[in-house]
Amino acid sequence: MIMQSIWFFLWGLLWALFFMTSGFDLGIGILYPFLGKTDTDKKMMINSLGPLWDGNEVWLITAGGVTFAAFPLVYATMFSTLYVPLMLILFTLIIRGVSFEFRGLSEKKAWTFIWDSCIFVGSLAPALLFGVAFANIFSGIPFDANGVFQGNLFTLLTPYGILGGIVFVLLFAMHGSLWLCIRTENDLQARSIKAVSVLWPVIVAGVAGFVAYSKFATNLFENYSKYPALYLIIVLAVAGLVVARILAAKKMYFRAWGASCVAIVFTTFFGIAGLFPNLFPSSIDKNLSLTAFNSSSSPLTLRIMLIVVLIFIPMVLAYQGWAYKLFSHKIKEEDLHHEEAY
Amino acid sequence: MDVLLLSRLQFAVATMFHFLFVPLTLGLSFLIAIMETKYAKTGDETYLRMTKFWGKLFLINFAVGVVTGISLEFQFGTNWSKYSVYVGDIFGSLLAIEATVAFFLESTFIGIWIFGWKKLSAKAHAFVMWLVAIGGSISAVWILIANAWMQHPVGFTIRNGRAELTDLWAIITQEFAALEILHTLSSAYILGAFFVMGISAYHLLKKQHVDVFTRSFNIALVFGLVASIFLVIEGDIHAIDVAKKQPAKLAAMESHWETKAMAPVYLFAWPDEENEKNKIEIGAIPGVLSFLAYHDVNAVVKGLKDFPKEERPPVAITALAFKVMVGLGFYFPLITIIAWFRRKKIMESPWLLRILLFSIPLPYLAIEAGWVVAEVGRQPWIVYGLMKTSQAASVLPSEHVLITLIGFLVVYGLLGFAGFYMMAINAIKGPAPAVAEIEHA
Repeated sequence: MIMQSIWFFLWGLLWALFFMTSGFDLGIGILYPFLGKTDTDKKMMINSLGPLWDGNEVWLITAGGVTFAAFPLVYATMFSTLYVPLMLILFTLIIRGVSFEFRGLSEKKAWTFIWDSCIFVGSLAPALLFGVAFANIFSGIPFDANGVFQGNLFTLLTPYGILGGIVFVLLFAMHGSLWLCIRTENDLQARSIKAVSVLWPVIVAGVAGFVAYSKFATNLFENYSKYPALYLIIVLAVAGLVVARILAAKKMYFRAWGASCVAIVFTTFFGIAGLFPNLFPSSIDKNLSLTAFNSSSSPLTLRIMLIVVLIFIPMVLAYQGWAYKLFSHKIKEEDLHHEEAY
Repeated sequence: MDVLLLSRLQFAVATMFHFLFVPLTLGLSFLIAIMETKYAKTGDETYLRMTKFWGKLFLINFAVGVVTGISLEFQFGTNWSKYSVYVGDIFGSLLAIEATVAFFLESTFIGIWIFGWKKLSAKAHAFVMWLVAIGGSISAVWILIANAWMQHPVGFTIRNGRAELTDLWAIITQEFAALEILHTLSSAYILGAFFVMGISAYHLLKKQHVDVFTRSFNIALVFGLVASIFLVIEGDIHAIDVAKKQPAKLAAMESHWETKAMAPVYLFAWPDEENEKNKIEIGAIPGVLSFLAYHDVNAVVKGLKDFPKEERPPVAITALAFKVMVGLGFYFPLITIIAWFRRKKIMESPWLLRILLFSIPLPYLAIEAGWVVAEVGRQPWIVYGLMKTSQAASVLPSEHVLITLIGFLVVYGLLGFAGFYMMAINAIKGPAPAVAEIEHA
């Protein structure tokens, strides 16, 4: 029981870390057509995430892999029921990934236009769909006793699901613009600063609306009334947002970005904590829901994987943290002519 | 069409496409690490130009390889959910270990390598490339351990209606995994070597950037020579292991129907699966298959007829792929040995340079054929002797799988075209001029 609960928490944590790390590079892709006025701006934006996005995306692989390892039944049911949205996410992420590399290989207008569009769609679609998917998981997925999905993509586009998608898109956009504040200067930085201040009130309203809506669309609050201490998670999510805004106003962008990380992690955990012990609830019949206790791997696998994760995840966080520090300097225009830039 | 067939086609497309890019990543990363280390030690600018030239090709290839790998991990859940439930306890953990232990290392440090030229010292920067190369190979090791477990499952027990882990150490250290790892890694190193030798040959034929490309050529030649000779020896041991653990696959590899001693190998054979014999048999060399399988010309080799029909792999595909793989497996050491003896007179051997240039696609072909032998030859099992492929697929609307299959074909087709086209353009363009030359200009 304890082992499965620990793994439930780690499962949530890994998805939260994926949203936290990839959130900013997806966000920059979402803002790409709006903040990138000139070709130089666009190159600046791509190069600001260039050294980091690849490592960030591995959090998705790890979150998926850990779902597979610790909760195989959830992995199998989650990805076969959410087949269409997941495939859309994968295709768009694939195209986005090569866009960074391919865009710079030719100066032709049509060529850059194609890859620019791919960067935008390849960032917007995954952010939106992950939000829709997670909101739907919070409210329950219509799958039957055989783990077969009873619905289609439009079944998932409930008002609550869409709101979840929008909240993710906005959070990531602000996360991305804070990163641009760190790494750019002059006009592009000014526009990024403005984006933060424009997005911020909308996000606060969106997150508050999402939390309030959850009261009606989900059973998340059952856990909250049982354990009121959990409300601390919501407080921390909001605090992250508030602190990010204050620090951004003080031009302490790196710390503001850190606060935004906190906001994303705890917004995710708002749902994760409410779900427990459910990992993948069925909206058809509560008894079909997959929980940490009825869908986990064997005790031996959970034990071995815990050792692996406890050793390697801190190591990964350490070297990725170092990479973030290494690449938090301002990008200068002459850096773009450097042959190693995108 | 049924979901099973569509899912199998989809998986074949996704894996075979992904594996067009992985081997070059594995091989070329070590060659670049060697070049850059030489630069860091000597400060010789030619090595820097080499590092940057091959690095550019490496990055284009890496970009396509990495993004196509992401979708693979999720395919088990999307299209093979029954498989995932049945073996997730073991297979899922191996994939998760791969991501946490290796893939993070490779993907994080490649970003640092690309953008870190001015931020790191020459030595630290070269060290980063070693981390990328080592991360890549460790990643391959874990994926191959997972694949080897599907080929020869060990260290588990059937409990709660699924395969549960009992001994991780047995899974990691089993002979099948070790042989598969050595086989795949050395074939990837051969591909890396032939890629570098082939492109170097192109420029040497044109007598341009001679300093960069003779040095590149020589480093790759040593690498390719060692790997290809090693692979012949390893392949022999590998075949014995397959004969022991997957006798049906071995019989299919040589379209061998009747159980008998002194089993022959044919120069060419084409099976008639309906009538359980070969339609065409040319050039039988008696005893060779017995020798290949048991190192004894008189050994009895079990024929396909002694396996129930529903447990035989598709014979024609397996046999043809095996012939291609083995044929090329002998071609690589042959050509590298010739090149070794001509290495000092390589500029006066345009015929050899031309052969090497046109050999670039061959390791790709050999590697894809090798995977066909391994995976098609294992059918009808998804986990050998334990679970059939037909029991493993997700219940999905077939039109969803069909649409995503078309999606894979279109997206991957365009990516493959763009990726190889970009590599070709950059390969032909050659290295950037030395910095000293830039200053002169």
